[in-house]
Amino acid sequence: MNVLVCIKQIPDPNAPGKLDPQTKRLVREGVDLVLDPGDEHAVEAGLQIVEKDAGEVTVISMGPPKAVDAIRRALAMGAHRGILVTDTALENSDAISTARAIAAAVKGQTYDVIICGTESTDGSSGAVPAQLAEFLALPLLSFAKKLEVAQGKAVIDRQTDDGYDVVEAPLPAVVTVTGGINEARYPALRGIMQAKNKEVKQVGLSDIGLDGQAGKAALTQEVVDATPAEARKAGEIVEDKGDGAKRVADFLKELKVI
Amino acid sequence: MAGVWVFAETVDGTPKPVVLELLTKARSLGDMTAVALGPGASKSVETLGKYGAKKVYVHEDGAFRDVLATPAVELLARLLAKDKPDLVIFGMTYDGRDVASRLSARLGTALIANATDIGAKDGGWAIVSPMFGGSLLVTTVPKAKGPTLVLIRPKAVTAEPAASAGAPQVETLTDPVDTSKPVARVLRRETEKASGPKLEDAAIIVSGGRGLGAPENFKMLDELAAELGAAVGASRAVVDAGWKPYSFQIGQTGKTVKPTVYIALGISGAMQHTVGMKGARTIIAINKDPEAPIFKMADLGVVGDVHKIVPQLIQEVRSRKGK
Repeated sequence: MNVLVCIKQIPDPNAPGKLDPQTKRLVREGVDLVLDPGDEHAVEAGLQIVEKDAGEVTVISMGPPKAVDAIRRALAMGAHRGILVTDTALENSDAISTARAIAAAVKGQTYDVIICGTESTDGSSGAVPAQLAEFLALPLLSFAKKLEVAQGKAVIDRQTDDGYDVVEAPLPAVVTVTGGINEARYPALRGIMQAKNKEVKQVGLSDIGLDGQAGKAALTQEVVDATPAEARKAGEIVEDKGDGAKRVADFLKELKVI
Repeated sequence: MAGVWVFAETVDGTPKPVVLELLTKARSLGDMTAVALGPGASKSVETLGKYGAKKVYVHEDGAFRDVLATPAVELLARLLAKDKPDLVIFGMTYDGRDVASRLSARLGTALIANATDIGAKDGGWAIVSPMFGGSLLVTTVPKAKGPTLVLIRPKAVTAEPAASAGAPQVETLTDPVDTSKPVARVLRRETEKASGPKLEDAAIIVSGGRGLGAPENFKMLDELAAELGAAVGASRAVVDAGWKPYSFQIGQTGKTVKPTVYIALGISGAMQHTVGMKGARTIIAINKDPEAPIFKMADLGVVGDVHKIVPQLIQEVRSRKGK
């Protein structure tokens, strides 16, 4: 079973994010960059498949050269090899360019399952997996909180508003996994050491035949303005000295909800 | 006038609540056409008309219900090529996101997600989306040719029927749906039961975070919610930890809620969470960390131990209700 996992390096989601006022792009300087926590679940899901059924996990990312660190993290978790699509022409890419670049980079290679997080924690449009599935003409099993791969099929429990649907697709297929699907493993020291020797292939736009067809040359949209939203004002903050519950109950009474 | 389309998701012929919100926004932007797909879709026509749809495309094939995204993408691609509208609006739902994203790749057109507002600008569109948990509002304009696809977050618009609305023109499609290519097919549907009001509709929400310490501590939230007639929600951390099912999740991934009162218990207030609840009229927070970001938006914040305060609060509420 050959598994491809799509990952993204993002600014640490626990640090407050910033946009460059001029370029309207995410500020990446001076911020810790990490493997998107949502993608750790995707890597874990991929590893569980090959541990059960043999095969290899390849991780792929599109991003600046530094994004290799996120790939190394996935390799340290146990993934076998990495591909980094990196090109200055891809700076500021929108989702569709990202999906097009990843699709082009894996063209001709055979993966049984392609796993992504449901959405990145920073951009959070959640568009890339479905766009990738469309470019590769594959079925998409989205929002999986459970995934089983066997006998040429993938079956998921797909999150719905009031429960879940059991959904099936023949392989190869693209799957997006939610955070609840598994507990992602922490890289062991041995894994971190091994990761340093694993292959990470770097490819640019001309290597994947997309010169002038992705990134800056093919933007479908542009951010023209970024304005701070009207912030909620903080009200009264009190320390509980045994009367905290009473204060809340008084307030609820004031609001006429009790 | 601009041609504005709405992807009108229906369940057994009833439009999803978000669809009424989309219709309310869409009719202010141009001549509106709604597309209703799946068994029973024709039953939705009257409601779609009431909310301002001038034309409704209906296709009742079971494939639209039982196969994820691809049948809707095929049909929409064909209809869009024929009618050439300027804008197609989807709800930021599980299916809406899959269909809009696939369609954008098919057409090579602009897709703008997480939107809360759309306006006309210089003969095109300006789409507003919140970033960083809603602390920043970003305006995006489409650059690609073809219809602009926009995913609007639920509860971003208040649904209101149109002031004057005639019966819409209905075009019923019956052409066969091709599912010969490999597809994702729904085998069965499972409902997870929840008691009390639904999160989306509740006037009061009692919501728990990682600060509760353990899944069994949600019992006291259930008890408090029962006293208040409230719904119970949860932060992403709690759902990721498996303490509560995903249907409880409020935030960027998960539900957007707008209750009258939101009571955040042991929730730090990460941006991923607050984007889903900052529309609450009143926010009450209890958290032991005085630096927790939730206190920056709370109308009343109590710095203290939820394990001590919540049981006391249940008693306080009970005694006040008795009076």
